[in-house]
Amino acid sequence: MPGHRVTLGVDRPMRLDSGAELGPFEVAYQTYGTLNADRSNAILICHALTGDHYVLDRHPVTGKPGWWEMLVGPGKPVDTDRYFVICSNVIGGCMGSTGPKETDPATGKPYGLGFPVITIGDMVRAQKLLVEHLGIDQLFCVIGGSMGGMQVLQWAVAYPESVFAAVPIATAARHSAQNIAFHEVGRQAIMADPDWAGGNYLLEGTRPHRGLAVARMAAHITYLSEPALHRKFGRNLQNRQTVTYGFDADFQVESYLRHQGITFVERFDANSYLYITRAMDYFDLAADYGGGTLSNAFRKDGKGTPVRFCLASFSSDWLFPTSESRAIVHALNAVAANVSFVEIRTDKGHDSFLLDEPEFHQVIRGFLEGCAEHRGLTRTSRP
Amino acid sequence: MSPLDDKQASARTASGTGAGIRTDLRLIAEMVEPGSRVLDVGCGDGALLAFLSRRKGVDGRGIELSMDGVHQCVAQGLSVIQGDAETDLKDYPPGAFDYVILSQTLQAMREPRTVLETMTRIGRRAIVSVPNFGYWRIRVQLLLTGRMPVTEKLGYQWWETPNIHFCTIKDFVVLAEEMGIRIERCMIVNRAGRVTGHAHSGLANLLGEQGVFLLRRD
Repeated sequence: MPGHRVTLGVDRPMRLDSGAELGPFEVAYQTYGTLNADRSNAILICHALTGDHYVLDRHPVTGKPGWWEMLVGPGKPVDTDRYFVICSNVIGGCMGSTGPKETDPATGKPYGLGFPVITIGDMVRAQKLLVEHLGIDQLFCVIGGSMGGMQVLQWAVAYPESVFAAVPIATAARHSAQNIAFHEVGRQAIMADPDWAGGNYLLEGTRPHRGLAVARMAAHITYLSEPALHRKFGRNLQNRQTVTYGFDADFQVESYLRHQGITFVERFDANSYLYITRAMDYFDLAADYGGGTLSNAFRKDGKGTPVRFCLASFSSDWLFPTSESRAIVHALNAVAANVSFVEIRTDKGHDSFLLDEPEFHQVIRGFLEGCAEHRGLTRTSRP
Repeated sequence: MSPLDDKQASARTASGTGAGIRTDLRLIAEMVEPGSRVLDVGCGDGALLAFLSRRKGVDGRGIELSMDGVHQCVAQGLSVIQGDAETDLKDYPPGAFDYVILSQTLQAMREPRTVLETMTRIGRRAIVSVPNFGYWRIRVQLLLTGRMPVTEKLGYQWWETPNIHFCTIKDFVVLAEEMGIRIERCMIVNRAGRVTGHAHSGLANLLGEQGVFLLRRD
């Protein structure tokens, strides 16, 4: 697979939030652009639930363009002519980083459910080791949407001195009950598939394609909005003039979802889906770092966080609604932190952060430029 | 966006140049110590914040209701959140800023008293500019036409105005005294943009088109 891969946790294993230890373990990552001489222009991009480190490259499995090609690249808002961009596949993932489908060195078999339960904190801990491995003390910016946004928040709270600026997008400081509920539906769909084989499908030679596809279909609905679905499909019928009075995909929206489910199983591992959704469910910054009060999580040595924040939400996102971002903004205000916040007007739902939203891109560009000015990053870095 | 802005939008668009900056904003900027921490409430497109950060090296933040305003601010590198002064100021700790600025917006607040109270709590000082409803042209219009005054600065008909709590300079001075807020400095601005008179004088209340006040809680 294209990209880099590094073995971390060799000298001593990484201690996980669950108390288990992981190590040595692999992290797959990609970089774009050039690290400047004083190593001050690095931007870490954190991917979402089913994302990976192929931000710009063609995806090695699907052949599709990189998932953030619109935002990242030469001359783009996250300008790779200017910044050194890093993106790693999270641990627990299935695109090269150690996860349940990789071989457990202790047994010589795939981890399966023997893989320890991981958290957003663990994913970020692994990224921190990677960033240190690359010789970077402070990231210029950490940026990500959805689960990526959770990692951004985790970075800013766990390692405030290692982050100059943070851009959490369409995310929350804790996973809501409703979102945990949706995740549970997905996990139950996978585990109800007989081919899941108690998580041992790799050894059994089966794959829980049907369960994983159903999980993806359910999740995909939450990424969109009713106006977006309606605009795209309405109640239009699929290749027919009348309904069949049966359970074929009569409606275009049905065949669209089936297609989403089928293509997803080609590139994603079912057990990874279980582990990563679980990691999101456990995320709760206020509980983990603030004694139940979110603003306390953003305090350091009695003062407000030194990290400069820019939050963005999307008006039609009902999975991570604007109120979740606003709660973070209020907590940051309470410690008089440096924070920008914009709600982008769009009817495209949660997935908007991956789509062509010029206002959103303009905000990211402007925020990064403002931060670069404060950080003293000059515009010279074309190699 | 200030309730006075959209009818004279061009006044605030010359961000940071200082040349095109609105008169009251220029006067406000004069009151701000270099290098201080500033919160601009209702910061519009960020003209004042940009001016203050470039010319006076302030650590500036802003709150703005309109998305367009926030987009313009953040896109030029200013730290601005989208929010409402009446709900989003309460989270800040006391004394979080050296100056909290509210230009030409107090009259559009549902509860101007609470906003003033909050501003003087979270800022060591507050700077407020208000349009003067006691300005002679307004008095004359009401007297002669018997209809709600519409002027260049207050360019709304009564049924479309966002301004719901107009006051005169005198009213503002009385309210500040009642609330135990000291007026440390005051500038009265007339039509030509020049400073005349004193906050407590009847002449200022008659000739001033707007007042700019530097406030501090006693």
